[in-house]
Amino acid sequence: MDTRRIKLKVNGKEYEREVETRMTLGDFIRHELGLTGTHYGCEHGVCGACTILVDGQSARSCLMLAVQANGHELTTIEGLALPNGELNALQNAFWENHGLQCGFCTPGMLTTLTEFLRENNDPTEEEVRIAISGNLCRCTGYQSIVDSALACAKRMREEGIQL
Amino acid sequence: MKPAPFTYHAPASLPEALGLVATLDNAKLLAGGQSLMPMMNFRFVQPDHVIDLNTLSGLSAIERRGERLFIGAMARQRDVERSALVKDTCPIIPEAYRQVSHTQVRNRGTYGGSLCHNDPASEQPCFTVALDGVIEVASQRGTREIPAAAFSQGFMSTALAADEIMTGATLAIWPKGHGHAFIEYSRRHGDFAIVGVAALMTRDANGCISRLSITLCGIAAGPVRLGAAEQELTGQVAGTAQFERAGEIARGLDALEDAHVTADYRQHLAGVLTRRALAAAAARMP
Repeated sequence: MDTRRIKLKVNGKEYEREVETRMTLGDFIRHELGLTGTHYGCEHGVCGACTILVDGQSARSCLMLAVQANGHELTTIEGLALPNGELNALQNAFWENHGLQCGFCTPGMLTTLTEFLRENNDPTEEEVRIAISGNLCRCTGYQSIVDSALACAKRMREEGIQL
Repeated sequence: MKPAPFTYHAPASLPEALGLVATLDNAKLLAGGQSLMPMMNFRFVQPDHVIDLNTLSGLSAIERRGERLFIGAMARQRDVERSALVKDTCPIIPEAYRQVSHTQVRNRGTYGGSLCHNDPASEQPCFTVALDGVIEVASQRGTREIPAAAFSQGFMSTALAADEIMTGATLAIWPKGHGHAFIEYSRRHGDFAIVGVAALMTRDANGCISRLSITLCGIAAGPVRLGAAEQELTGQVAGTAQFERAGEIARGLDALEDAHVTADYRQHLAGVLTRRALAAAAARMP
C-alpha cells in the first residue's frame, strides 16, 4: 500500500496522519478526521456538496487527493461558526430565509458562498445564481438559497460583518 | 468510490518530473485534477503511477513575452481569468473563462491540464487556436514548440509524446480595440458547451474587416478554425450579410453526434453562434 505522512490544518486545528495516497480528500475529512459535515454526493465533481475551502478558495474535496492537502489550510462546514459556537451571519441568513430543506447540499452551498461573499458583498441576484451554479440542490430550493445569500450580503454591508 | 491503487510521485522540479515520465510505465500527470480525478474515481483511468505537478514550482507564470502572452501550464484557470495582464492583452480569455465550469473547478483546474486533456467541448483549446497559440513542451530530449492548430490529434488526444510535459503556451496579442467574442450554448451555465465560437476581428479605416479569426469548439474532436470564412470575409464590410455568410460556412462543417445531441443540431448551432459571435465582436470595436 502506497502511503504518505501529511500535515495540515483543518478549521484551525493541526493534524498529522499517515494516508493511503489514493484516498480522496473528502474521504479523509469524513473517515479519518470524523468531520462528517462535508457531504459526498456524486464523487466526480458535479454536485458540489463536498465543496470545502482550501487556503480560502473553494474546491471540490472529491477531486483532490488527501496527500495534496499536505501543508495547506482547510475550512469545512464545521469551521464556519463563530468561535463561541454561535452560527455566523451566513448560517443565520440560511436559517432565517429557509435556505435549507433536507440539508444535503448545504455544506457546499455555505462554503461556496463564503468565498463568494468575502470577495463581493454587494452581488446581484444573477451573480449569486452563477456563484452557486456548481452546487446542486435536489430539493430545488434555489430561490431561498439565493434569498439567504442576498440577506447575508446586506447584513455584511450594513453591519460591517465579515465572514 | 476511490481510485484504483497507484504509486504517487511528488517531484520537486521539472527535471525530476521529466525523469519520471521518461521511465515509468502507465503514468498519468496530475495537474488540477478536475478531469483526471473523476476519471480515476470512476476507474475509467487506472494509472500505475500518478505524477503530481502541483508540488513543483515555476510552471504557473502569466507574463508578456514581446508581442505574445505566455501562460504557464500549471497556471490556475481562475488566476488566468482574473489576471489584469490577460484582460488587457487578450480580453477574449476572461470572457471564455466565465463560461468554463464553476468557480470551485476553476480554482483548481489548470490551463495546461485542459489543453492536454483536450475535451472536444473545452473552451481553452478553442481560444488557444483562435489566438494562434504555440504550445511549449519539454522532455529529457530537449524542448520543442507545437502550433496549437496541430496539437489536437483527435478525440482527447494530443501531439504530446509519452515522455513530454507541456510547460506553457504563447498566444498572439491583438491590437488594442480589436473586436472579440466568445459565445457558447450549453444546457446549464458551466456545463460543457454543445458548440462554442471564438471570434476576433479588426477593421480598417473604410470599415472593412482587416483581420479575422473564427474558431469553433464542440463541433468536432478538436477546435476547428473556420479558415474559409476568414479568407472570404477579410477585406469585406463588417456587416450583417457577411456574418450570415460566415454562419452558412460554419453550418456546413462536419459535426459530432452523441446520445444527447444530433450532428444536425450542432451544425445549426455552429451557424447561429458564428453569426452572433461575429456581430458581438464587431459591436465591441470603437
